[in-house]
Order: sequence, then structure tokens, then C-alpha cells
Amino acid sequence: MQMSDSREIKAPQSVVWSAILDPEVLKACVPGCTEMAGSAEEGFEATVVQKVGPVKATFKGQVTLSDMDEPNLVTLSGEGKGGAAGFAKGGATVRLEPTEAGTMLHYDVEAKVGGKLAQLGSRIIDGFAKKMADQFFENFQQAVEGPADPDAAPEAGAEGDGTKKKSWLKRIVS
Amino acid sequence: MPKDHGIGASPKRREDVRFLTGAGQYTDDINVYGQTYCYFLRSDVAHGKINRIDTSDAEKMPGVVRIFTGKDFEGVGGLPCGWQVTDRFGQPMKEPGHPVLAQGKVRHVGDPIAAVVADSLEEARNAAEAIVLDIEELPAAVDMKAALGDGAPLVHDDIGSNLCYDWGFVEDNKGAVDEAIKNAAHVTTLELVNQRLVANPMEPRVAVGDYSRANDESTLYTTSQNPHVIRLLMGAFVLGIPEHKLRVVAPDVGGGFGTKIFHYAEEAFVTFAARKINRPVKWTASRSEAFMSDAHGRDHVTKIELALDKDNNFVAIRTETLANMGAYLSTFAPSVPTWLHGTLMAGNYKTPNIYVNVKAVFTNTVPVDAYRGAGRPEATFQLERVIDKAARELGVDPIALRRQNFVTEFPYQTPVAVVYDTGDYNATMNKLEEMADIKGFAARRKASEAKGKLRGFGVNCYIEACGIAPSNLVGQLGARAGLYESATVRVNATGTISVYTGSHSHGQGHETAFPQVVAEMLGIDESMIDIVHGDTSKIPMGMGTYGSRSLAVGGSAMVRATEKIINKAKKIASHLLEASEADIELKDGKFSVAGTDKSVAWGDVTLAAYVPHNYPLEDLEPGLEETAFYDPSNFTYPAGAYACEVELDPETGKVTIERFAAADDFGNIVNPMIVSGQVHGGLAQGIGQALLESCAYDENGQLLSASYMDYAMPRADDVPFYSVDHSCATPCTHNPLGVKGCGEAGAIGSPPAVINAVIDALQSGGHKVEHINMPASPQRVWAAMHG
Repeated sequence: MQMSDSREIKAPQSVVWSAILDPEVLKACVPGCTEMAGSAEEGFEATVVQKVGPVKATFKGQVTLSDMDEPNLVTLSGEGKGGAAGFAKGGATVRLEPTEAGTMLHYDVEAKVGGKLAQLGSRIIDGFAKKMADQFFENFQQAVEGPADPDAAPEAGAEGDGTKKKSWLKRIVS
Repeated sequence: MPKDHGIGASPKRREDVRFLTGAGQYTDDINVYGQTYCYFLRSDVAHGKINRIDTSDAEKMPGVVRIFTGKDFEGVGGLPCGWQVTDRFGQPMKEPGHPVLAQGKVRHVGDPIAAVVADSLEEARNAAEAIVLDIEELPAAVDMKAALGDGAPLVHDDIGSNLCYDWGFVEDNKGAVDEAIKNAAHVTTLELVNQRLVANPMEPRVAVGDYSRANDESTLYTTSQNPHVIRLLMGAFVLGIPEHKLRVVAPDVGGGFGTKIFHYAEEAFVTFAARKINRPVKWTASRSEAFMSDAHGRDHVTKIELALDKDNNFVAIRTETLANMGAYLSTFAPSVPTWLHGTLMAGNYKTPNIYVNVKAVFTNTVPVDAYRGAGRPEATFQLERVIDKAARELGVDPIALRRQNFVTEFPYQTPVAVVYDTGDYNATMNKLEEMADIKGFAARRKASEAKGKLRGFGVNCYIEACGIAPSNLVGQLGARAGLYESATVRVNATGTISVYTGSHSHGQGHETAFPQVVAEMLGIDESMIDIVHGDTSKIPMGMGTYGSRSLAVGGSAMVRATEKIINKAKKIASHLLEASEADIELKDGKFSVAGTDKSVAWGDVTLAAYVPHNYPLEDLEPGLEETAFYDPSNFTYPAGAYACEVELDPETGKVTIERFAAADDFGNIVNPMIVSGQVHGGLAQGIGQALLESCAYDENGQLLSASYMDYAMPRADDVPFYSVDHSCATPCTHNPLGVKGCGEAGAIGSPPAVINAVIDALQSGGHKVEHINMPASPQRVWAAMHG
């Protein structure tokens, strides 16, 4: 399956760029990620626990970064093997553009599954992958900007309010 | 009054007592002392190069006895193909190797890479997870057309393309067919897909291998429709075990539908491994495993052209089909789209010119082979769909168009090799029209329309060829086996009888129907007769059960053996009665001297055979046991007409079957209840194909439908109460029972009736839909309605 989307992040492009290459940020943002080690240059080793429909598994795999054009473009690709559950592999090309409010993050995601995941989970895999991607970029946005305040109605939300709720992640990346 | 015993009676199925009370003895019920359990590590990519298999950590896991890989099978034979097709150019088909465990490459999701043998299944599975695989995924050939294109990934590198064969039938007719189509008044063309199906017998496959060092003998217990064929293929071609050192047992088998005909890697593996480790090895498929390792069915893509003259007489049929073989040639795969498909393209009609072209294609998918009907449903579907389309284009009644073109004189030589011995297609059509209440349809349609629904009526005919034969002919066509059947009738001293048959029962009711035949001939009670099947150590030889052949071929062998019994028993009776043998009559279980009241009972004769105190020992051996082999002189040709009435909800596209009528000519009937049951089951599978079932792969060759959440099997509320009839019988002219076979008809004859009805419903609602591919799911129907 393939999907594309974009979201605006209220942070300078350089901050967004370094966050996306930071294993600690990635670990916190990848849903179900329990381990993430390595570096942008060497690639990352990741462990992710996920449940796709009836199949729950621990996926271990390598994430490599390529086509890197700092601070504009990077492609992350990886394959996770889940033993008897099969495998998932895919990639995301992330493109950053400066905007007035911060940075526009565009992403094109491609995901494939194989083995038991495909056999038992195919009918829900598209929805699942979309949810995973949405969750990742949502987490990422929060990590960079700080979480959205559910109590703050948009019309009342003054520009500065969000900064008070900076998460520990925000502190890591800023 | 209906008969209460013998041929034509409907005694309840005696085997059902044990099946329904949990007393059946299936392969998984067999546990041998000291047995180990086997788990297959299977490929989760469709196509890949095996760089490395590291079993060293896995071997140290608890309970592991031994781990096998393709390396252990170097020098061991591969799984053989039982049928060689010769292509249009006189060349043999491409026949790539099929190793027991993958060697060098994996070629479909589910291809076995390694097998772990351990003390328990859990330990075997855990160890399999610890095997380290380095498999480099390669691009996969999935779509047949793409697989034949330039630069397509090669499933088998050594054969240079993905084409197994390009078959033309009858090649010499091609010019005449092309000419007839060019000059025809009207040509109707239809392109369609006969989708891939999974047979899904209730019992998944199981194999238990055992080895006795004492006499160097191997035993395989397996879920098979034909244990003797497995003994031959596995013994002679894979493992090199002579027949007298190899016993194959197929006990109670919980449904086959074709998919348990074939010789599978797991059978060879457990037999091989049991010898290597000197312990029994058991494998039981999980349902997911069945989806990716049982041979699949159908999977044809076809273009058919039907040419008619100005009076609507059929003048020519031309077809082009791509037939999916999957990644390897399963045992009888090459015969299905050729000899079981092309030979039936005449259908019930006198079309003088027919040419069938079939290209068989290798793809990175599970192998495809015979599934209930095997080739004949594919032929019937395209023919009966194109006739319906032609009727619509010409503005004529589809039933009248069929009747006009029916074969009415027999024997009838078709232009596609086979000779129909007998039939009466107008009789079954007359019966069908009555059963389907065509006169009442308009009112029923009105009532549906009043509810906002569309109602459609579809009809079709079918003919099939059963009891594939004779052996010398099929040998010329490429079969690597004979197609006879054997029977031994063993009469015991007290008069009870064991009948040993090479036919195999896996749900058909043989244990009830076969005794009816023998009892009728001897005039004794059926309860005195038992059927023994499914064990190569008990039965002299057998070709098994498939192609609706058991009664027509296996039953005929029983008749021949029983005739020999009667001959000998009459000699014994003539001695006991001190009368001439020619004067002895057998009636109601008594031998009497014609024209007198002198008689001896069946039991007196059988006792004399084994306690020969008063016996013509100088002229006659003691004992009463006879064997016969029967090799039919022709196929049998069951035929019939089916009608389906559907209601279609235009809001959702959901189709429901409101009425279904089946008028079949099966020749003579032994047990009408069992025959009706066979038709019901076949109809459920045909309706399943038409509306629900589809085996799906994605473009990478990942199997997407490997559970009942994704593969829609028909359930009770998907099928209607059927109206079935088999009173229009024209007995087969060449077998002693006059029977034709009924096992596959329902699955062959029903899909076109359903789709014809769906199209009729759509057209009645003003939707200009000419065809819809199966399964006609709500999504597809809705999409077709909305362009």
C-alpha cells in the first residue's frame, strides 16, 4: 500500500531535521517501539511490538537512511522480521519545506507485509498502516512542538499557550 | 413403492454412525508408539534465493531430534508429475523439478524450506523459529499474462520461460475453425476469469510415517483419495522404496474434493524422516498451512468466441485460455486444462468446428491441480456464459437457443475427440422447466420489484466426462498411470462377505452403496457385506477416487468379481444338488434347480467351499474369493440442466439465491438419497464459487486469503433449499451397471446458472452489464451497476 500526506510543524526546519534522525525521538514516536539504537550514518536497529488483527509479534529489523539531502530530504527504509508472524517492510520519503509558521513535512509511505501478516491480516493492513503512519507523525509533531492542548479551543488558543506544555521530548529535541 | 434394499433403495449411510458419534478413525487419530512431531518452516516470500539456512541454534533447542533441509534431499527424487502433455508443436511440456524441501530457491509462499522433527509439536515449532534464514527476495511472477512477457521473473531459471506448454486441440481443426468464424453470420465474444479456489476439505492434510527395522518396511498413514497411487509415486519416483516394502494407509478421510489426490512433499518427508531417525514422524496441517500447501483449483483466464449462422445454429467455437500451474507441477495438473477441459468444449451442442488453445503458465503461487470438476467447470462456465450472451445479442430465448443446438442422436462423435454414448438433453430440460416453474417467474419478479429488488432467472446445461478411461487411450494422451479399478470379493464360510476395493471413500458413502450392488446380485442382505478400502496391504491394487469414477469403474470391477463368485458358487451348488450346472438358478440368496423345488441356501454353498467334505475337489478348488480388474471402454457422460433464480438488492449489490433446480441424468442410480446428497454438496461448492470464494494474491505473490475471515466459504444461509431430480436416466451403454457418476455435477453445472441469473437481474433493472466475474460479491455487483 502507498500513502502520502503532509503536516505543518511549528518548529524551524533544522530542528525538525535533527529530530527525524535522532534514535531517541524515533523510539518515542514509532508506535510499539521498544528499542532503537544506532545512528543516522550507520542505520538503526529497531524492535517493535505490534498487533495486527489476530497476529501479535515482535518485529526486529534494520532501518537505513538514504537519499539524504540535509535538511530537505531523507528516505527511511527498513524491514522487520516477526518470525512466524511474517514480515513487514517499507519506506518513507520525508521532504521538509520552510513555511511561515515553521516547517511543512511531506511524506510518502510505502508498506508491504508478507507471510502470516498478509494471510490473516490483509483486509485490515491498509487501515493499520495508515494508523501507524498517522500515529508516528502525530507523535513526531508532538515531540517537536509539544502536545496539543485538548482543553484549548482553537479560537482561544493563543500562540504561546502550547509552549507551556512542552514535553520531555520537546526538551530533548530543542 | 420404492425399494427397501438393493439397487435403487435409499438405506441410511452406515458410515455416518461412526462419523456422527466421534468414532471415525482419521489419520490424526493414529498415534504410533514413540512418535515424533514435525513442523515445516515455510517460505514467507513468493520468490527468493536461499543464501543460507543456519540450523545450529535450533538444533540445540529442547526436544529437537533432527532438522532437515533441502540438502538432506540431494540425490533423492523430486515429486513426480503424473501426466505429460504434448504441445501444439509436438514437444513435451516443460517439467521442472519439484524437490521435497526447497533447494536453492523458494518459489511460492508456503514452499517448505526446513523440517524440524522433535518430541513434541511445540518444541518443533519453537526450534523452527530459531532457524536463521538468509533469503534474498526476488521479483515474483504472479499475473499470468505478465509472467509470459519479456523480462518477467523466471519461476524456474533452467527452463528459460514461464510457459509450461502451448496446447492446441484439435490442432488440425484450427484452419477450419478460423474460416467458419470469419464467415459466420454472428460471433459472440466473451472474456472471463475462472478464479482460483481452495478446496478446503473439513479435515486438513495429515501424514504419519513409520519404519520397521525388523523387516525394512515403511508405512505411511495419509489423508489420501488414492493410497495405491501414492505408494507408486512416492515409492518408485521419490524415495526408491519397492512396493512390497511400502504400505500406504488412507483411513477415514474427511473430504477430498480432488485436493487429496496428489502426492505431497509432506508425505514423502515423514516417510523419509522416519527411516532416518528410526522413529515415527507425524505431521498435521494447520488450517493456515492448508491454504498455502494444498493444491488450489481453477485459475483460468479465457477468451471464447461462439459463431452462429443466420438461423442461429452454432457453427464454431474458438477459445484461448491461460491456465495457472502455480510454482510446480502438481501430480495431475497438466491434464486439467487440457484433456479434462478441451474435450468438453462441445458441451451438449452439435457445433461442427471447435478449437481450444491453452497456455499453461508457471507463477510464484501455490500449485494448481484438480478441484471438484477439474477442467469441466471451466469449460461449462465459458460455454454456457457465451451462449447466454449470444441469446441476448440475438434477442432469442436462451432455452430455445440451447434446445435448437442440442445433440439429439447418439452415439455422437464430437469434434473434440470424445464420443457421447447416450443422453437426452431435451428430457432434462423439460424436467427443469417444470421444476423451476418458469411460468410463475414473471409474478415472482413483480413481487421482488415491489420490494425494490431485482429478480433474475438463469439457466444452463452441462455435460461432463467421468470415469476417465480406457487405459490404453489415456496412455496415448500422456497419463502415466492406468485408469482401471480392482475389486476382490471374499466370501467367508458363513456367507458374510468382505469386498476389497481400490476406490476410496472420503465422504461419498461407498460403505453403504457398494453393498447394495453386491447384495442385489446375490440376493442376500446388505448387512452381510462390508467394504474394505484405503490400505495397500489389504487391497490388490487401486487407482482411487476422483473424477466421479468410483461406482462406474470401481463398482463395475465389483460386479465382475461378483459374477465370478456366482459362477463358482453355482458349480458348488450343482454338486450339492446333484444337478447340471446349467440348471442352477440363483434367486433371493438361494440356489435352486430350475423347474424343481430342490434348493440349497447361500450359506450351505459358502460353507461347503471352506469345509469341502462334500465337494468336487478333483474339478474345483476350495474357497470362494474372486478378484476382477475393470478397465472401462469409454468415459461416461453425465449431463443435465440447471436453473437459478436470484434476488438482487440494488442498494447494496447483494445477491441471494431464491430457487435452484437441478435436473441430472446420471444413468442408473444405486442409492438415490446419496446421489441427492452428492448433488447438494456440489451445488454448495458451485454457488460458493459463483458468489463467495476467491483465493487472492497481491502483486508480490503474498497470499492474502489464508483464513476463513478472508476466504468466504458458503454457509447454510447462503444456499437455498434445492430442487433436485435424477429421473431422466439414459443408462450408460458400456458399463455393467449403466451408471455415469454424480460426484462433480453440482459443482460443474451451477456457476453459470448463478451468473446468468445475476446478469438477467441486472439487465431487468436497466443495467447494461454483459458479464461479471466470479465471485459476484456485493462489491463487484454494485461496481458493475454503477459503471
